[in-house]
Order: sequence, then C-alpha cells, then structure tokens
Amino acid sequence: MSGAVAASAALGGEATATTPLLQAVHLKQHFPIKAGMIIDRTVARVHAVDDVSFELREGETLGLVGESGCGKTTLSRTLMRLADPTDGQIIFRGQDITTAGRSALKPLRKDMQMVFQDPFASLNPRKRVGQIIAAPLALHGVHAKERHERTTGLLERVGLQKEHINRFPHEFSGGQRQRIGIARALALEPKLIVLDEPVSALDVSIQAQIVNLLDDLQDSFGLTYLFVAHDLSVVRHVSDRIAVMYLGKVMELSPAEELYDKPIHPYTEALLSAIPVPDPRENRHRTRVVVGGEPPSPVDPPPGCVFHTRCPRAQERCGIEVPQLTEYSSGHLGACHYPLHVTGDEIAASTRSEASPLAAGSTRPEFLPAGAGRHESLSHSSS
Amino acid sequence: MAEPVLEVKGLRVGFRTEDGIVQAVDDVSFTLAAGEVLAIVGESGSGKSVTVLTLLGLTRSPNANFEGSARLGGTELVTASDDELRKVRGKDIAMIFQDPMTSMNPVQRIGNQIIEQIQAHNDISKAEARVQVIEVLRRVGIPRAEERVDAYPHEFSGGMRQRAMIAMALSNDPRVLIADEPTTALDVTIQAQILEVIKELRTRTNAAVIMVTHDLGVVADIADRIVVMYAGRVIEQGTTDEIFYDPQHPYTWGLLGSIARVDRPRPDRLPSIPGLPPSLIGAPEGCHFRPRCKHEFAQCSQVPALEVRDPASPDHQDRCWLSLEDKRDLRQISEGQFGLEAKGAIA
Repeated sequence: MSGAVAASAALGGEATATTPLLQAVHLKQHFPIKAGMIIDRTVARVHAVDDVSFELREGETLGLVGESGCGKTTLSRTLMRLADPTDGQIIFRGQDITTAGRSALKPLRKDMQMVFQDPFASLNPRKRVGQIIAAPLALHGVHAKERHERTTGLLERVGLQKEHINRFPHEFSGGQRQRIGIARALALEPKLIVLDEPVSALDVSIQAQIVNLLDDLQDSFGLTYLFVAHDLSVVRHVSDRIAVMYLGKVMELSPAEELYDKPIHPYTEALLSAIPVPDPRENRHRTRVVVGGEPPSPVDPPPGCVFHTRCPRAQERCGIEVPQLTEYSSGHLGACHYPLHVTGDEIAASTRSEASPLAAGSTRPEFLPAGAGRHESLSHSSS
Repeated sequence: MAEPVLEVKGLRVGFRTEDGIVQAVDDVSFTLAAGEVLAIVGESGSGKSVTVLTLLGLTRSPNANFEGSARLGGTELVTASDDELRKVRGKDIAMIFQDPMTSMNPVQRIGNQIIEQIQAHNDISKAEARVQVIEVLRRVGIPRAEERVDAYPHEFSGGMRQRAMIAMALSNDPRVLIADEPTTALDVTIQAQILEVIKELRTRTNAAVIMVTHDLGVVADIADRIVVMYAGRVIEQGTTDEIFYDPQHPYTWGLLGSIARVDRPRPDRLPSIPGLPPSLIGAPEGCHFRPRCKHEFAQCSQVPALEVRDPASPDHQDRCWLSLEDKRDLRQISEGQFGLEAKGAIA
C-alpha cells in the first residue's frame, strides 16, 4: 500500500471543479475478533463496513441512514481517518488519503471536521467555551489575539452570545452545547463537516433550531455535509441525496425526495413504513409493513443480499447472489434483485453502477409485482 | 366513561436544592380508565417522568415535597407507607423503563428476575412461577421462550430486552402499566414491533397504559388521550383527535408544528419554537410559556386555570388566557399542519 501513498503525494495539488470532494472506493472496515492466551488468533471478523463506494460532491449534503449497528458511524469515522480501513480507498479532493500518515493528514484535517452526537460527552467539562472553540485554531498556529476575535465571531454565528466565552459547558442546555460543538467544527473553515447524529439527543423543538442553523451555515460558508442519522424524517430536511445502509452495505442511494416517493429497496420501504405518522386519522387508515425479526450479526452476514432473511419479497436468488447496485434513470441506485416502484422498461434501461460491491453479480434485476411475497424455499429457513 | 382506575388530583412535587425549590410537578390532574392509553408528552424537564415516578413512590427522598393525591383503587399512592407501596408495585401498577440496558440486573438470568417479581406477590413455587414466566415471555413475542428464559440480559438484543422488560411488567397482570419512553432507545423497525406488542396487550388484558414520550408520532399511533406538559404543568389535555386537530395552547401548536414529517412535501425551513424551556427554579410568573409565546398579553402574568373552554368538547382542557375564537384564528394551518412561523426560527 505504500506505493499508493507515493503515487497520491505525487498527484497532490488542487483538485479540479469536477472531482468530487470525497470519494469512498470499495471501502471495507472489518474488525477482528481475537481469541487465544499466548498467540492472538483471529477467530472471526465483524464486517462493520463491507465494500461501500460513494462520492460526496462539493456543496451537497449526503444523508447516511440506517439502524444501529449498520456501520454508518464506523463508515464516517473511517472516512475521517479516525480508523484505518481494512481495504479500499478514500480520496479527498483528488488525493488518496487511505494510508496518509500523521503529518500528511494534518493540513487535511483542517478541511474535514466532525460534530458528534452527544453534546454532553464531546465537550471537555473543565475547559471554558472560548478555549474549546479556540483549540483547533491554536493547533493550527493562529495567534492568540486573532483567536479571540474569531471565537467571538463564531459564537455569534451559531446563535450564542459573546459573553458566553468564559462559561463552562455545564452552564448550557443540550441545544446550546450542540451549537458550541458546531462552532468548534467551523473554527478552521472546513470544506467538509461530518455530522454524526447531531440532533438525536435533542428535544423536537430544539432539533428544528439546530437543523435550521446547519442549513444557514451551509449556505453562507459553502459547506459540504455528511449527515449521519437514524431518523429518516430529519435527514429528509437537510439532504440532497440519501444513502441507506444495512449491515455494512449500501442498499440504496437516491436523490432525497425520490427516496420517500418511490423507495426501490424493500428495506427502505420498511424503514419508511415503520415511522409513525404524527396524524391520528391517517394512522388509522395506514397499513404498515412491519418487518419481523432483527438485523443478523455482522460477524457472519447472510450470503447473497444481506436483507434477504427479513425481506418480505425475497426470492430464491436473493439468498445466493449478491445484488449489484443498479443505476436507474435520475441517478437512483438500488441494490435489489426485485426492486420496488420501477417498471420493466426502467429495469431494461438500467445499468450496473461502478459503486457495486466487488462480490456482486452483474445480472440485471427482475420485475416482480408489488404485492408478491416471499419465496417458499426461504420461508422455512428463516423462522 | 368507565370507572377510573387511577385518579390523580392536584399533584405537586418539589425538590429542595441549594439554589431553591425546583417545582418539578406543579398541579397535575388526570384520570385513567381501564383499557385506555394515556400519553403524557413534553420536552425534557417538563416533569412528565417525575409525575409517573411519583405514582410508584420512586421520587421519595428527604428533599422531596409532595402535595395532592393519586388514588389507585382504594390506595392513596402519594401518602402510602413503604409496605403498602410494596404490595401495589409490580402487582397493580407496573413500569417499563426507557433503557432496557440499564434497568435489568446484568448478573441475574432474565427468567429469575421475573420469577422474583411473581413470587413477591404470589405464594407459589419457583417451578410454577417459571412456567408462568415462559408463558409471559412467549406472549410478548420472544421466540424459543423455554430456552431464552435462562439467558442473561447481555445475550439479548435491545429490542428483545425491551420485550423482556414488558414481560416482567406484565407478569402479575397489572391494572396500570406505565411506560416511560419505551421505544426511544430502539430502532424504528423494532419500535414498530414493540408498539404492536403494547397495543395487543392493552386489548387482551384491558390494562390501562400511561405512555410517557416526546415522540408525537408514537402518540398518534397508540394514544386515546393526551396530556401535554410544559415546565411542570399540564398545559392542555384532551382526546388524541382534539389535541392533533384542534390544539388550543400555543405551545401545543409549536410542538405539532416542529415535527419533521415524511408524508408531506418538505418545507423550506423546519418551524421551531424560539428560545429555551425555563429553568424550574424561579420560573417566570404566570404562564410558564410566556417568554417564548408570540401571543403574550397582560393577563399572562397570572397563571391561567386548566379548564374546559369549549362546551362542545367537555374533555378538552387547556391553560391559556386567549379566547377560543382568538386561538382558532391565531394558530396557523399550512398543509394540514399547525405551526409557528418559520421565520426567525433561530433563537
């Protein structure tokens, strides 16, 4: 892999307008499970992120959704190089950073920042707000005087007051703390901010405030967001495109609105259907697809399509062949052999996406009418 | 309506702290009928959890101060002795906690934890209790219950653990089941499964359910009646349809308006309620929502009573000085959704 570093260093330089800001290429993150007293043997591996490819375009917001344990947080941490990937490449502004070392990464860290889920755990309780926000500035050699100026500016920008600069985190509510976390991420004027469940710990009325703030900041600083969340309704409000993950794999990647109008993957449909609608009358008339069972263990993911063990539409083929990520018109990607909401003609016009997992087959999906159920041969084995 | 199982009247809970008295619950009243699901909604710090914990006597401490009454059948829960409470808890009134990870004993088998509760209230042998445990585990949808009864909590997934918690709460067929944010820690697909379990139990055992939650989607799905709390007070209560389609209090409008919905075209900006909930020490005089309310006027410096405003809906009460006509004019309706103005949303 060291050859790749040399090659990327040589490549270096400014990226052109057409290159995506960040690319994940067949990225894998497997964690070994070890056993043995003297010699560590790897007895199994957790397939946390299993062959994921996507690109993040400058100025857009990509939502990344999935249930707990699907690998969304691991993926975002790996992209930030907070964990070293098992395989695959991470390309940031045209530069391969998969194996870049500390010193090579330092200037890049400025451009990629992160906001964490828990505003109580991600701020040092013994540091004043000013110190917290100025820390990244100090690390990158900004002078003390300028640091103070920029910190007060940032505080005001995120909706706090400059008098707050000398207070401690415990003096703030959850929503205000999240604003502090956002100010810290903004300090170095990054290009990309990874938001890992930035609003899930907050009350509804406060969630809306933070989402609107993030929206404003994106407009004024031209930021690119990777918005990780488990809540499909919040993601919709911020995202241009949305990727749905399940058991370490991308199931569907779609322009935001289309995902809600016509989900291609049965898993996405199940997720959408599981969201309770805050409207009692509508609820009474709605039939919900309640998917039974729980996600299988990522230590030993099922063969074929990873969702086939719970899928209400699964056929024989789903347990055998890994589905390719099929690209339909309008740039909607879905990894399903029997996609929903597409016609036979649309399937005929579809192509195999470059982002398909390496293990995937290259056969086209087939048309299966909307009401079709599970294949008999699968129903026995999955009880 | 049938005879109420539980009647809470003028409940007040205050905690003495170094900085003053925190009036966590301030004059809360509601009734609960058999087979009914009552949802208590509100943001963190609104006093919804303290209210239900008080019913079980779990907020008692030398610093706590209680007033009012909560009657469950013949038992007065607020002033009951520890012995009396012990007889009621787990038998007539049971609780499902929010976090199934931390509310079970990690070094005890799940079956034994439930057996302990059954034996506490019934004079039966361990073997007999075990048979009941397997039955109740099966009822909440745990597969291979006869094997899983001997598992430890860590061997269960989050959803399964929540099912086991529900099984534990149900083991003595309680008349009142209190669920404090039962699905908040769970994924949506698992949440949907758990809600189905609770609904089914309600119809089968005719137990009354108090559901404490901040998720209005869950409420719309499961509740018959809703109590909305803000800063320790009930600010509005009524049937689910009354609260969702004819909300009277400006806070309820804001709460309903700030939900992000997947079944509606997406608005440019999410409506939000400006400002923050007040601190319960030295809360504003009069209506607690006053500092965040757009429609505040002179009268708001006095606490409005919780009363019926429209004789046509006798179950619907609220705590707001605005006249009925003003309220119906002022709340904004867009796309079938109530909301505050989206402008100036950032506080």
